[in-house]
Amino acid sequence: MTTPTVAKTAKLYIDGVFARSESGRVYPVGAVNVPRASRKDVRDAVRAARAALPGWSQRTPYNRGQILYRVGEMLEARRSEFVAVLGGGRPAGREVDATLDALVYYAGCADKLAQLGGSVNQVAGPYFTFTIPEPVGVVGVVAPERPSLRPLLEHVAAALCGGNTVVALVSEGAPLPGLLAAELLATGDVPTGAAALLSGLRAELLPHLGSHRDVDAVDAVGCSDEQRRDLERRAADHVGRVLSGGATGAAPSHRLALASLELKTVWHPIGV
Amino acid sequence: MAAAVETLPAPASLQSVDQVEVEDRARLFASRSIKRAAKLWALELAVRCTDLTSLEGADTPGRTATLCAKALRPDPEDEAVPPVAAVCVYPAQVGEAATRLRGSPVRVAAVATGFPSGQMPRELKIAEAAEVARIADEIDMVMDRGAFLSGRYDAVQEEIAQVKAAIGDRHLKVILETGELGGYDQVRHASWLAMAAGADFIKTSTGKIQPAATLPVAVVMLEAIRDYAWSTGRAVGFKAAGGIRTARQAIGYLVAVNETLGDEWLTPERFRLGASSLLNDVLMQRAKERSGAYQSADDFSQA
Repeated sequence: MTTPTVAKTAKLYIDGVFARSESGRVYPVGAVNVPRASRKDVRDAVRAARAALPGWSQRTPYNRGQILYRVGEMLEARRSEFVAVLGGGRPAGREVDATLDALVYYAGCADKLAQLGGSVNQVAGPYFTFTIPEPVGVVGVVAPERPSLRPLLEHVAAALCGGNTVVALVSEGAPLPGLLAAELLATGDVPTGAAALLSGLRAELLPHLGSHRDVDAVDAVGCSDEQRRDLERRAADHVGRVLSGGATGAAPSHRLALASLELKTVWHPIGV
Repeated sequence: MAAAVETLPAPASLQSVDQVEVEDRARLFASRSIKRAAKLWALELAVRCTDLTSLEGADTPGRTATLCAKALRPDPEDEAVPPVAAVCVYPAQVGEAATRLRGSPVRVAAVATGFPSGQMPRELKIAEAAEVARIADEIDMVMDRGAFLSGRYDAVQEEIAQVKAAIGDRHLKVILETGELGGYDQVRHASWLAMAAGADFIKTSTGKIQPAATLPVAVVMLEAIRDYAWSTGRAVGFKAAGGIRTARQAIGYLVAVNETLGDEWLTPERFRLGASSLLNDVLMQRAKERSGAYQSADDFSQA
């Protein structure tokens, strides 16, 4: 007896909605048609991320950590599904475990960034200054081609934990694990619009992500040197930042979370 | 002192509105593909037809001055962007607006007659309209919905005619507040009453209640304007206001006007968009069309 199966349609994740590309286009990955996001999908995702930014960045860091931890719980519960979509076997299992590790790490990181990145500064005057890290804003994440799951979720979580909102391009050649991860974000209580996951052709989407004036930084971890230089040229026009920290294989680090933050220094009189 | 009121035309001209047909037409208007050069042209027209509006309890002379500066030069970095049609404010801000806009093509519009509810004694409404008409070029009066909904159509018309008489040659826009009227038939009826009583413009909403302007309601009003023009020969203008925030919506209204009334209506003399946040979205779309890069709201001044 065979069990009837319902094939799942691969979808983008934009503004809290699982959607096909507004263009209706797809591209084949193996036997699956994967949505081929257009520049308008990028635009819609950035608009939603911008709208979600005040709410997400003003939550307490502790709450952001709780939510990222819950994303990890969702992954744990669906471990076998992710192992299967990653191709099965030991390597896939190790990647899921490493992803889980990274999620838990950045969940814990969320309420420690002020200590790790901030400082109280001595100055020559009757006052002191202190420096606090603040989210840079809407961050684009360009995930590496492979591995297709851990670097994506690691860099998304690193940007989210500091209070940024994220528009991420998943692996072009192996997009299914990344698109499936959208279900973790949705059920993990990440607020609507705060994180978007798009699949599509890099060559088509990168110029629009880089030149979008409302994208404050792009985490170019998955870009070639040439793509990174192009992003830098485009972002320069609106003083956007192109981040290149964090090698694909590195262990989770708070430095990655701090990379998408900017430092604000304010002064305070002594003894008042 | 009852002013002369045209008699209502035969009931045939007030026949019932086909809801399905109207909503389907509106849907098609909203989905027209307007791109590139045509889009730039439409965006420029939308700016020229905008009544830049601020109707808040918190309006101060300072805010009105900012609004006027924005109206005169919507995009400080691009002098090709024309000034808007008018600035629309509360009566208390009319003096400041007139001072700031003196000598410019931008007109001063003021809301009057107990905006937004219109629940005020008629003498006071007329006195208010007459007072602001000493300075403002255009008066946006609110229709008496209380009278309309209780069936006193003659009172509705009489009041409009009296306000029209009180403001002399100033432009009279009558706000129907379609969201409170109850349906398309009533919108058509109210449009007809206002036009017959002497309105130079009919306007959808105050922007203070939901639903405000919607495209189907606009289509009903535009068809009433068309039928009125056919039966009397007088061209009445149309102003959409309330809830129009995106360039895409604005272009939908331009399409509806063009395809219902024709391009003679696509001028600031016969078509207005009342809005506050719309202008920046239009400017952002314009900049996008010219530079190719999607824009950030941070780069555009608040009016």
